Amino acid sequence: MTSSSSRPAAKPSGVRPWRDPQVIAIVSQIVLLALVLGVGWYLFQNVQDNLRRQNVATGFDFLDRSASFDIVQNLISYDSGSTYGRMFLIAVLNTLLVSAIGIVLATLIGFIVGIARLSNNWLVAKVATVYVEVMRNVPLLLHIAFWYVSVLKALPVVRDSISIENTFYLNQRGITFPGPVLESAFLPFIIAVVLAFVAAIAVRIWAHKRHMDTGRSFPAFWTALGLIIGLPLLTYLFAGDPVSWEMPAKGTFNIAGGVTIIPELAALAIALSLYTASFIAEIVRAGIQSVGKGQSEAAHSLGIRHGTTLRLVVIPQALRVIIPPLTSQYLNLLKNSSLGAAIGYPELVAVMTGTVNSQTNQAVEAIALAMAVYLTVSLLISAGMNWYNARKALVER
Amino acid sequence: MTKLSLLTIGAVLAVGTVTAAHAGTLDDVKKKGFVQCGVSPALAGFAAPDDKGVYKGIDVDVCHAVAAAIFGDAEKVKFTPLTAKERFTALQSGEVDLLSRNTTWTLARDSSQGFDFVGVTYYDGQGLLVKKSLGVDSAKKLDGATVCTETGTTTELNLADYFRTNNLKYTVVAFGSNNEAVAAFESGRCDAYTTDASGLYATRIKLADPAGAIVLPEIISKEPLGPAVRHGDNQWGDVVRWSLYAMVEAEEYGVTKANVDEIKAKADANPEIKRLLGVEGELGKGLGLDNAWAYNIIKQVGNYGEIFDSNVGAGSPLGIARGLNALWTQGGLQYAPPFR
Repeated sequence: MTSSSSRPAAKPSGVRPWRDPQVIAIVSQIVLLALVLGVGWYLFQNVQDNLRRQNVATGFDFLDRSASFDIVQNLISYDSGSTYGRMFLIAVLNTLLVSAIGIVLATLIGFIVGIARLSNNWLVAKVATVYVEVMRNVPLLLHIAFWYVSVLKALPVVRDSISIENTFYLNQRGITFPGPVLESAFLPFIIAVVLAFVAAIAVRIWAHKRHMDTGRSFPAFWTALGLIIGLPLLTYLFAGDPVSWEMPAKGTFNIAGGVTIIPELAALAIALSLYTASFIAEIVRAGIQSVGKGQSEAAHSLGIRHGTTLRLVVIPQALRVIIPPLTSQYLNLLKNSSLGAAIGYPELVAVMTGTVNSQTNQAVEAIALAMAVYLTVSLLISAGMNWYNARKALVER
Repeated sequence: MTKLSLLTIGAVLAVGTVTAAHAGTLDDVKKKGFVQCGVSPALAGFAAPDDKGVYKGIDVDVCHAVAAAIFGDAEKVKFTPLTAKERFTALQSGEVDLLSRNTTWTLARDSSQGFDFVGVTYYDGQGLLVKKSLGVDSAKKLDGATVCTETGTTTELNLADYFRTNNLKYTVVAFGSNNEAVAAFESGRCDAYTTDASGLYATRIKLADPAGAIVLPEIISKEPLGPAVRHGDNQWGDVVRWSLYAMVEAEEYGVTKANVDEIKAKADANPEIKRLLGVEGELGKGLGLDNAWAYNIIKQVGNYGEIFDSNVGAGSPLGIARGLNALWTQGGLQYAPPFR
């Protein structure tokens, strides 16, 4: 559409408007836009008409109604009077929790395996290759089902729970351990921790500046460590215990009390991490291989050791190649967490398109809400990664 | 520009077709030549594929009855297996013409959610299945238990209500489909599995160790299960409703698959039966059907007692007693309005 054509820039006189490429371009854009809007409007009206004819109430009013069903994992409290809106929030948190665990684990495993694939050690490199090939060539749903079934099969029934000192319990209902209960001293404790970190960072900046200015070094690391351990310790001594622990105990059927990590969460997080890690490993490998061999040769010739070369020379340059596809993998992981519905993990899709949709029959609204959450979180991840990418990008002078 | 005009014409045509597609469901069904019926993917006795992959069950027979009424051929049905959470969207969107899938008739579903329930195929109630090794003989003793169920059913609501009113703590694990919930129950993830009592019996016989599991005596809800259609299409609703009633009526008058021809030929038969079989009167016309509609149902599918027996009753592996599903004349709840 630009004037890159070889025609003379000046418009030849006497061209009919319907032959003028510029006019055609503008008119066709307008017509297309009108068409898209028209079809969109028609679809919207069609849905509205059909729902009205079938006597389906529309709108988001149902979110204020009492949900009156229960859910196996709730990060925030709920009771019998909780609304569909709160259930929605619980589902969002469940999705975010498993995605966050998955992203952290997948990144860790992916980087280790990706670097291992390039190792000079034959065995390490081959093991990493086999891992990548096996993981990424099996559908994710199978991974999830495999982990869920194998986790459940391997664990003992409740009656024969594995228990460590009656504090940790492991059985088919998950891992149960003491749950923290916040005491009155919690707030000063947290303030002390934050202060300690702020002070530690300040010391480090000051020490760096002094080092640059005067050449004298300061034991910044040890000072910071002292601050981070010392301040909270002092608060603990003066203000008392910040948290107490609720101990789990054997009930009639289940282990009661404490915090339980349910097997659905464990299986889903493991499957998502291992699966996505295999893709991240390939991205990391490609990123490292994209860095010119001369870079590490130059570093080695300066006498820098292999590990340090990797950390300070190769990976920072490789990150520029790694980050954009890594973002896609994070987004995939977030969206793939919806497969948790298959094993009873109460994430967004399971709750919204499953229970909420069937109980209220507000299919359009329930699915729209779920989509809006995925869209928002995806855009946030994308924005964060783009910001990080911009920071890591090659600075051109 | 040519491409663009083609696009425009295409869009206009598409809009036109979608708008025109809104005649009644009965006409649509007649035009396409078969009934698209939403059924349960695998619930023994209600809807489950047999070893040849053919769907069998009492809910399936309701679909056959509707096809027999419309086409005079009970086989003109195509089945869509639907999980609980898929079923309503499938019906609402027109993917199926009829939902005959052990679905509970509730006020909200009938009024504000866009469906019309046309009758009751099976009067049921929700129960709980537990392993004998648990040593529990009553639902009241399940304080602290973990219960598995299928997501998106009235089951989830009843369960919450029951445990709350009885002041019992519990954990629910809701799965996307019944099979997964049952597998989790078998593996020991849950102490109990809950669904409608009929479903529990159907599930129990499929367990690896049926004798090791018991259905607790408490029935914690009313679950009238029946076919549902989209709200606002009364003609289609009538067809499904009266197809169901024709089978109940036939049982009441002792008309069976075997004797229907004989009775039809009899000159001195009961006038009620004559109207039912289309020998007298024009009841079929009112429904937009052939006058032999009910005859076709009985001849090809059977009466209510017959489909009950062969699918879930004494003549089936489930062996469920008639109970509430006996005819009103036998002390049960099955009752058809008069055929006149």
